[in-house]
Amino acid sequence: MRNPQLNKHGELQHLLTIDGLPRDILTAILDTAAPFTEVAEREVKKLPLLRGKSIFNLFFENSTRTRTTFEIAAKRLSADVVNLNVSTSSTAKGESLLDTVDNLCAMQADMFVVRHAASGAPFLIAQHLFATGRDDIHVVNAGDGRHAHPTQGLLDMYTIRHFKRDFTNLTVAIVGDVLHSRVARSQIGALTTLGVPEVRVIGPKTLLPTDVGRLGVRVFHDIREGLHDVDVVMMLRLQNERMNGALLPTPQEFYKVWGLTAEKLALAKPDAIVMHPGPMNRGVEIDSSVADGAQAVILPQVTFGIAVRMAVMSMLAGQQGSNK
Amino acid sequence: MQSLDAEALFRTLVEQMRPQVSPQTALVGIHTGGVWLAARLHSALGLTQPPGSIDVSFYRDDFGSKGLHPQPKRTDIPFTVEGADVVIVDDVLYTGRTTRAAINELFDFGRPARVDLAVLVDRGSRELPIAPTYCALTLPEPLPASQSLQLESGPAGELTLRLIDA
Repeated sequence: MRNPQLNKHGELQHLLTIDGLPRDILTAILDTAAPFTEVAEREVKKLPLLRGKSIFNLFFENSTRTRTTFEIAAKRLSADVVNLNVSTSSTAKGESLLDTVDNLCAMQADMFVVRHAASGAPFLIAQHLFATGRDDIHVVNAGDGRHAHPTQGLLDMYTIRHFKRDFTNLTVAIVGDVLHSRVARSQIGALTTLGVPEVRVIGPKTLLPTDVGRLGVRVFHDIREGLHDVDVVMMLRLQNERMNGALLPTPQEFYKVWGLTAEKLALAKPDAIVMHPGPMNRGVEIDSSVADGAQAVILPQVTFGIAVRMAVMSMLAGQQGSNK
Repeated sequence: MQSLDAEALFRTLVEQMRPQVSPQTALVGIHTGGVWLAARLHSALGLTQPPGSIDVSFYRDDFGSKGLHPQPKRTDIPFTVEGADVVIVDDVLYTGRTTRAAINELFDFGRPARVDLAVLVDRGSRELPIAPTYCALTLPEPLPASQSLQLESGPAGELTLRLIDA
């Protein structure tokens, strides 16, 4: 089957998920992001690459950080950015997702950045564009349901490479609410594709998918055992808003057993880095002393996220196959 | 075509530039050949400003049709561009489009007092109104589009020019 993310030249057409993307494409994104980090230090923090392109931020679900970093990335590439606050727009009046997309295409959109509570919504848009012959319009998944958040996974990989240089000798632990986490799924896909030999998933049975072992990870239900000698600790946010049942007792109890404290972090390697996709629940999945500590790289993750999103958008917009 | 002695051309370029530059003149090499050349010129001319480097991938005018150059290099301007005398350094001058992109990029770092262009070889076939200030060799006939001139740098920084048939 044709990979819906790649065009007929094997270049990235949409970024929907990390699954199925070859290592050389992931590496190319990380390599392209590196020179973009320097733009922030210039007098004029802008590059002319996407001049005249219109990018629509379609956020059907709230997000401040992701939407803002996509917006900054697009603006640093000189694109025109339109933010649609979908909760107060036509969707609230009953317009369907694809009708919204068709209307924005009629406004000469070049790229959609989509966040949606339903897994697969960005894929649906990409299929619709393909079916209606609009292959020159690109879709970036900014997080769909429990499925994927590929730019978060990529910025995490950029951060790991920045601090650890090489993926092939690392032990990486992903800790917490994996069940509800699209971030975790993207991280696992990226880590294994990039050749990390040991990926650990640590969490209570109720917050791990039943078949998580099939993703090629080692599963731990004891955080102390799982953190032993790891190089990278990737914390996940406890997603209260995605939980309807009694999956865990109370946030306080979760903190006691699963929260990352200095004492638990001491079990990892002395130079281990601590990551978190944000927003953090201090005192739930992570202790403040760790979040603000010397091993935390949580704010560099945000800064690198801009460069990684610039790389993704410029790779999508400029292709051998495009003749716009 | 006669064989090109890159080291002899380099000495010619140094002699052209020496009477015109001051120790404060700043060099900016265009990746990759221009960066090697700028490093050599920097020490030969005894300049004090550290040389900069520019990768024009993000400023190219063929981005829409050719896409992003794979693995762009980092642009690094280690001096204050505002008010500086800058010489852009490239190995081979061809259409002038790379020079145009480099000038645009340079101006995003500030407003230089003056910008000059130094090249080892002018191979002709300009597509923009751009001319070098310093040029060691202008080919008598423009090189055919199927051929390219490539600068290479040895372990001790010694320069060689190779003619490549595409």
